[in-house]
Amino acid sequence: MEPFIRVKDLVKVYQLGEVEIPALRGVSLSIERGEFVAIMGASGSGKSTFMNILGFLDRPTSGQYLLEGINGENLSRDELAEIRNQKIGFVFQGFNLLARTSALENVELPLIYTRASTSKRGEMAKEALVEVGLEGREHHHPSQLSGGEQQRVAIARALVNQPSILLADEPTGNLDSKTSAEIMGIFQRLNQDLRITILMVTHEPDIASFAKRKILFRDGKVVDDRNSELQP
Amino acid sequence: MTTLFASLRIALRALMVNKMRSALTMLGIIIGVGAVIAMIAVGSGAKRRIAEQIASMGSNLLVVLSGSSTSGGLRGGAGTVPTLTADDAKAILTEIPAVKHVAPNLSGIAQVVFGNQNWSTIVNGTMPEILEIRDWPLSSGRAFTQQDVDGATKVCLLGRTVVENLFGGMDPIGQVVRIKKVPFTVIGALAPKGQSTWGQDQDDVIFVPLATAQKKLFGMHFPGMVRVITVQAKAPELIKEAEEEITELLRQRHRIQANQENDFTVRNLTEIMSSAEQSAKVMSLLLGAIASISLIVGGIGIMNIMLVSVTERTREIGIRIAVGAKSRDILLQFLIESLVLSLIGGSLGIGIGVAGTIILSTFTQWPTLFSIEAILLAFLFAGSVGVFFGFYPARKASLLNPIEALRYE
Repeated sequence: MEPFIRVKDLVKVYQLGEVEIPALRGVSLSIERGEFVAIMGASGSGKSTFMNILGFLDRPTSGQYLLEGINGENLSRDELAEIRNQKIGFVFQGFNLLARTSALENVELPLIYTRASTSKRGEMAKEALVEVGLEGREHHHPSQLSGGEQQRVAIARALVNQPSILLADEPTGNLDSKTSAEIMGIFQRLNQDLRITILMVTHEPDIASFAKRKILFRDGKVVDDRNSELQP
Repeated sequence: MTTLFASLRIALRALMVNKMRSALTMLGIIIGVGAVIAMIAVGSGAKRRIAEQIASMGSNLLVVLSGSSTSGGLRGGAGTVPTLTADDAKAILTEIPAVKHVAPNLSGIAQVVFGNQNWSTIVNGTMPEILEIRDWPLSSGRAFTQQDVDGATKVCLLGRTVVENLFGGMDPIGQVVRIKKVPFTVIGALAPKGQSTWGQDQDDVIFVPLATAQKKLFGMHFPGMVRVITVQAKAPELIKEAEEEITELLRQRHRIQANQENDFTVRNLTEIMSSAEQSAKVMSLLLGAIASISLIVGGIGIMNIMLVSVTERTREIGIRIAVGAKSRDILLQFLIESLVLSLIGGSLGIGIGVAGTIILSTFTQWPTLFSIEAILLAFLFAGSVGVFFGFYPARKASLLNPIEALRYE
């Protein structure tokens, strides 16, 4: 059976004028549906590059990446956008919400590009907000929400189109420890109850221990890949 | 349809973020459209005024003037020897088939007196046909007839300006006025005509029978002579033919040799007036074109601000692309924004243009004319400017790399 995510000999080289910068030097791994994976490594280790390729935001220089059997290699820019819309949910360290826009409208954003009807959009967005525990805050703007609440809106946005995977880049980087734990609690619940596959980049071991599997990057290669039995 | 509405709302919201900036950007379009509307209105007004004046002169007109073109003016100077006769006029009518009416004319400036009022005006000795040639109805009374001409009766028709200055509100019919001290009975009043193409008050005139003018007022030095013959051709196509044949006929009658110059001048009034109309048309176009330049400048303003806006919103664009926006989606989003800017500016510009034109015409008395087509055209022009100048920034936005955009600070 084809694995959910399959990566084979993934190589990414950046061309900066005359200089070549190898970000990934051959990564091979597979991830099953429903896994909760923490991706760790120092800056420059290639973990962000890896996430960008998995999120179809970037193309590998060579090698293969398949998500549910879909190969992004020969797809156009617009086709990749469609895949991102349908299959990927992004959660960023800086939340990346639209300012002066309500929480509901922020969550609706991916649905605008799915061309869902106006009423359906509202419904789906509302449900997503309920899922992250923000029922009643639909019409607040980001400036009226705490950091933790903003990140929850971002998570709702990532979920609203029922994606295959959630890609989180340092999701607790801008949050205090208490709020971080709350957010990780949400991730765990989404993973366990709703069987959502989560890939999370982090450099904090505490946060990483919420995940079930840890992959360590160094100098563009995977140097460690183990399951953790401990769950706090 | 719902997506169009939603897009408009999104665009408006984005523009409202910085109201001052949006307003200032619109200013270029507002001024541009306003100027175009005003200039076209002024140009159209001038064109219509000239067309009206042409119509009020009468149609298919030729004027034969005494004296050659180098010595005669449009009215003939006082010292010019008249070389045309009333018989010339008769000959023109009978022998040239293209001619419909003729009206020989002997006129001069004279003092006219009624009671203790006096007024200096042009007194035109002519034939009754002049009223038809000039398409000039009476507002009261009757015209003089061929019998009046034959009998040189002392009757006259007064123009509106003369009536107002001599009689105030009183009815002039039946009253006796003195022209150059000669008593004349007023038998009719002319309907008002307004200004001629060259700015003369056409209502400041008195018509008397030609023979009366020749015998009692002006023609004593040169009996039987007239200075001007007004000719009406049967149709516009026949004007040229009439002009040539009149020249031929008069050269024969005046026994002018092949190598001699004419002792008369034939002028094609319709030609002169339609060239005035042409000039007005060209002027109108020119004004519109110049005003359009300011619209172009407004468009450059839009492009400038949209470029700034795109840079400021790099992060936002990155987020949209990440969650699934295609190039086309981003392009449309920003294009609609600049379109909304230019169309709102266009609407306001139309308002300002119309208001400004009304104020202008109130103070300068220039004729102005508004047309729906011009207003719609200006509106469309504003829209195109928005799309054209907004395209480059929108395209730039649509081609952003999402990874870099998300990193942008």
